Amino acid sequence: MSRRMVKLIAGRVLVAAATLLFVSAVVFGATQLLPGDVAQAILGQSATPEAVAGLRHALGLDVPALQRFVSWLGGLLTGDAGISLVSRQPVGDLIWARLSSSLILAGIVAAISVPLALTLGITAAVWRGSLYDRAVGVVTISAVSIPEFLVATLAVLIFAVHLQWLPALSFMPRSATPLQFLRAVAMPVMSLSFVVITQMVRMTRAAVIEALKSPYVEMAALKGASPARVVLRHVLPNTVGAIANAVALSLSYLLGGVIIVETIFNYPGIAKLMVDSVSMRDMPVVQACAIVFCAVYLLLVTTADIVAILSNPRLRHS
Amino acid sequence: MSETVTDIAPAASRLRLRLNPVAGLGAAIVLTGIVLAVFGQALSPYDAGAIVDVDVFGPISRAYPLGTDYLGRDMLSRILLGARYTVGIAALSTALACTAGIGLGLFAAVVGGWTDSVLSRLLDALTSIPSKMLALVLIAGLGSSLPILILTMAFIYVPGCYRITRALAVNIAAEDFVLAARARGEGRGYIMLREVMPNMVGPLATDFGLRFVFVVLLLSSLSFLGLGVQPPYADWGSLVRENIAGLSYGAPAVVMPAVAIAILTIGVNLLVDNLPGRARAGGH
Repeated sequence: MSRRMVKLIAGRVLVAAATLLFVSAVVFGATQLLPGDVAQAILGQSATPEAVAGLRHALGLDVPALQRFVSWLGGLLTGDAGISLVSRQPVGDLIWARLSSSLILAGIVAAISVPLALTLGITAAVWRGSLYDRAVGVVTISAVSIPEFLVATLAVLIFAVHLQWLPALSFMPRSATPLQFLRAVAMPVMSLSFVVITQMVRMTRAAVIEALKSPYVEMAALKGASPARVVLRHVLPNTVGAIANAVALSLSYLLGGVIIVETIFNYPGIAKLMVDSVSMRDMPVVQACAIVFCAVYLLLVTTADIVAILSNPRLRHS
Repeated sequence: MSETVTDIAPAASRLRLRLNPVAGLGAAIVLTGIVLAVFGQALSPYDAGAIVDVDVFGPISRAYPLGTDYLGRDMLSRILLGARYTVGIAALSTALACTAGIGLGLFAAVVGGWTDSVLSRLLDALTSIPSKMLALVLIAGLGSSLPILILTMAFIYVPGCYRITRALAVNIAAEDFVLAARARGEGRGYIMLREVMPNMVGPLATDFGLRFVFVVLLLSSLSFLGLGVQPPYADWGSLVRENIAGLSYGAPAVVMPAVAIAILTIGVNLLVDNLPGRARAGGH
């Protein structure tokens, strides 16, 4: 690695850290500083002002906002995200329990959709203009604009109601056998993969077509390189960065997708936890979940940036 | 981004839109959506709030073309009423987001300097919060009455619109005719609205359509989660939510509102994607 590369990568990491700091300020501001008093919400309309003031003090809400933000941020960094207002359990424990099941779901979706989408996207680009390409194009543009819950409900209708292969709800006992586990995650995985794949195919196809238009591809073709060699040796190494970006952005759609899919299938993941906490206005949990989601997003995008830097031969020698 | 700026055509030629069949289909869907949103209630066969059948989650029949819902109300009438909320709220939010985004983007491009850098940095940082997540956080803090919902969704899509407007406007602001206007001593407002703005109407209209799709999907998702439009109002997302118990019977009441959303968003996409001289820009 050249020094320029190291510098660029360090810059990306710094920007990501600064963005995360900004994001946590936005999240904290939106949930803590806006009207809508948490103490009032917990005690209800009929609470006396003294009771509300007492609870505000107990929750530490009477301290200046900046001080609260700093201590909240410090708590997050040391692994103490506060106490849930509803279940009175440490937020960290709640999140860790749910995060692992969401990560398993996301991992399976990524393992299925990335290879499939890259194959579809690259082949569609190579045979662009063909019937195959146009079919892929129509299917993906329609699928991009379909809400996740339609995909999920159709999956339930087909596989649970008509074919009766799978249960409609993800029920996972604590000691699930591998088969039970597979049956529980099958439909969430299908619905999420569908959404992610359509995005990734479109972006991959665009990136590869861009590279196919370049002079070095024409040169390689003129020299008599076979189409397969042109794609594998000339196009793909030059599109690694763009494809990594496409993969990262598509996988970031997972973050939105899991919110819907976990709710429909009652899958015990972190998105379900966040939605439930929003409806109960359990702010410490909402804040922590939002930070986890944003951190995952930034991790994905920054990783893609770093892959793009590493794969750029022009940066390899300084 | 560069391809979008090269086709600065005279405004007159843009008015004679020659639509290909796919774009025509999209335009027809969009037009139907607007008509239903405005006149839906007058067209509905039953009162959307009235329980018309003892049979809940009824199948498709001659009397009830889209079946009945979880209380035995006519689903077609419910969907026609829902069109008003889905299309109306989404259109209003998109209009607000685009007005603010275009205004800020034009301002940043014309003024330039550190104003531009600060605005761009701030709004870019906002886009690193996934849109659904930002919506959940804002709703947790603010609650979800209709005005707040509209403003929240508008706020979420301002950065995307800003980014596209600014990118287009920066290029146009470097053109000779803008330079000439500056030399004449025209004010910033004049340059923004009379010199730069007319040259990016096409791409911005495309962006409006795409952003409308994002807003419809976000609104439906929020309502589906029970965090968007609240009863007694009901948009298409809320209709899916209130009938979700019928899913295991395969009731049309669950599927039809979702299909309505999909038809609307696909229609807008088909129209926008096949406009002549289209400029499809990415974003959230």
